[in-house]
Formats: sequence, structure tokens, C-alpha cells
Amino acid sequence: MSKVIRDCWIEFGHFAATFGAFQIFSMRLLPYMPGAFLRPRLISEQIYNIGALSLVLIMFGGLFVGMVLALQSYSTLAEFGQADSIGAFAAEALVRELGPVIAALLFAGRAGSAVAAEVGLMRATDQIAAMELMAVDPIRRVVVPRFIAGVISVPLLAAIFSALGVLGACLVGTGLLGVDSGAFWSQIQGRIDLQDVASGLLKSLVFGISASLMGVYEGYFAAPSAAGVSRAATRTVVITSVWILLFDFILTALTLPEV
Amino acid sequence: MSNSARAIDVSVGLFILLGLGAVTFLVAQTFGSGGLVSGEFYTVQARFGHVGDLKVRAPVSLAGVTIGRVSEISVDPIDYKAIVELRISSQFDQLPVDTDATIATTGLLGGKYIELGPGGDVEVLKDHDEIQITQSAILLENLIGKYLLTGNAEPKE
Repeated sequence: MSKVIRDCWIEFGHFAATFGAFQIFSMRLLPYMPGAFLRPRLISEQIYNIGALSLVLIMFGGLFVGMVLALQSYSTLAEFGQADSIGAFAAEALVRELGPVIAALLFAGRAGSAVAAEVGLMRATDQIAAMELMAVDPIRRVVVPRFIAGVISVPLLAAIFSALGVLGACLVGTGLLGVDSGAFWSQIQGRIDLQDVASGLLKSLVFGISASLMGVYEGYFAAPSAAGVSRAATRTVVITSVWILLFDFILTALTLPEV
Repeated sequence: MSNSARAIDVSVGLFILLGLGAVTFLVAQTFGSGGLVSGEFYTVQARFGHVGDLKVRAPVSLAGVTIGRVSEISVDPIDYKAIVELRISSQFDQLPVDTDATIATTGLLGGKYIELGPGGDVEVLKDHDEIQITQSAILLENLIGKYLLTGNAEPKE
């Protein structure tokens, strides 16, 4: 019995240590933020790697999620003669929830893991130690550009996801299901307001910060071995996903409009 | 170096433009923008006592077929009527001047649209004409209220 309690205590200690190390790491990044924009080339390279190259996956995902939403909601809404509302339904779900969440989850899988693996391999092959020897700050040179690129990319990717989702819903709704396109767009307009778009953007910003912070943190502190790098990539995806879903609940509860 | 760096610049630029474009698209959906009638169209006005929740871009239909869109809804500060601007495809420029406009509902709870009933006059509606015979939206809750209070439904006016 005392062994179980002791194990739990040790596990809790590990958790607290990791969490604390993560907080300290986040704090360490802060002072670099303004200076990082003095070397925009580093950031734009990373935006290319983790943002622009994720575009195909995000666009594909958005289009198909929108199309499925339209098909799925049609079967219920048509029963009440409300087939016109599929656009409003799909658009509200996409802009407020699915766009930010699914885009961030896809981003964590596509780019967060890649960042963790890349930085982790730099650690494992002593490139980071070499930079320190040459008096190049690895945080300034490697970590911060990737973090900033992620924070910039995720909101843009989420917006692209939502926009393509609405277009996908329009494609299926007006093309396949015979909903009038004017009714489709006017219902969307009646349903979506600026606050919905703003809360979606806020969410994706928070998700972007968590996804990219997690990626660089796990990579930077990866165990210097093949197993350590793979563990860092896995942990990034798992922990980021949990965070995204957790933050999504909190932010939804906070930004829910009064009905 | 310069070639691949240029390719990266171009992709990043396109990516950011696309992202900002998507944000603009989503924000634009929160405001109305008319002009969804493709091709040639002409505009007529109609005044209603009450438009219900008719929205810009709602369909204008003739015999159940969409022939145009609502392009603007405003209110006349003098006679307190709602002015609804209808954009009708130029293909249908033979509507008689005594055509009437009714605000109808799709289904029991669905969105509002405008149904046109053609009259019999030989003169036809032209650009910026006004439809004289209109019927306002039927407010379901008012009807129910009347039934509940009086037991029979009197016509509103």
C-alpha cells in the first residue's frame, strides 16, 4: 500500500517537474519575441515548412468536412422542411468549432510532430550543442522562429479550413441536394456574426500557441536517441491534442453568446 | 540559393494571402453583399408593412421558381414602411405593372422569400419601378395570439 502511494507521489513529482520545466521554457522564449522579427527570413522559412506545406491537407480536410456536414445535416433538417438551413448549420459549426479544432489537430499531426522530430534530431546529433559552442543561441536560431511561424500559421490555416468547408457545404447543398443558393447564403448571413468569426480566430490562436510550443519544447528536451526523437514526436501529437480539446471546451464556455 | 529562397518567399506570400482571404471571406459572410444575380438584371422596389425576418439575398420567386434576389432592405422614415429592393434577372422583363409581391415562408418555420404573382396589365415593370400591390409577412406568433385571445382569426387590417 505504501509502495502505491510512494509511486503515485513519484509520478506526481515527474508530472510537476515536466510541467514546471515547460513553464520555464515558455518564459525563456518570451524575451526573444521582439528580436525574432529582425530576422524575418528565419520565420518565413518556417512558415513555408509548417504552414504552406500543410495547406493541401487543410484544404482537403476543410472541403470534405463541409461536404459531409451538409449531407449529414440535410437528412435531419429536411425532415422539418428546413433544408435551407444546412448552410447556416455547417457555417456556424465550422467557424466556431470544427474549423479551429480540426485544423489545429491536423496541424499538430502534420507539422507539430515534424518540428519535434527535427529539433529532437538536432539535439540527438549534437547540433544544438555545436551551436552553443559557436556562441549561436539555439533558442534564438532554432526554437523561436518555429514557434512564431506556428502561431502565425494556425489561425490562417483554420480560416482557410472554415472557408473551404463553407464552400464544400455550398457545393453539396446547392449542387447535389438542390437547396437554393440565395437561401443558403442568406441563412448563413443571418446566422453568423462577427463574434462567431472572432471567437474562432481567438481559438485558433490559442491552439496555434499550444501546438507550436509543445512541438519545440518536446523536441528541445528530447532524449538524444532514436527512441527519444520518436517519443518526442508522439508526445507532441498526444499532448497537443489533449490541450486543444481541453482549451476548446474552456473557450467555448467563455465565448458562448447569450441566446 | 536565390532561386529556392524565392520559391519559399512566393509560397509563404501566397499562403498568407490565402489565409487573409479566407478571413475576409468569413467576415464578409457576416455582412450582406448583394449582386448574387448573375448576368443582367433590373431592380424594382416594393413596400411592405412588415418584412418578418426577410434577409438580403433571399430568393424572389415566380410560380415557385427563383428569378431574382432581395438586394436591399431599408425602412422609409416618412411612411414607416419597409422598402425591399428586388433584383430580377433580365430574362423576366415582361412582368405586368400590376404584379403583386407577397412575403412567403418556406415550410412552416423556414426562411422568408418573396413570391411574385403576375397581374394582367399590358404595361410591364421597368427598372426602378415600384410594385404597388404587396402583402406583408404573416407573423405566425400574431396569428396564434389572436386565436388564443378571440377564438377566431380576424384579418389583420
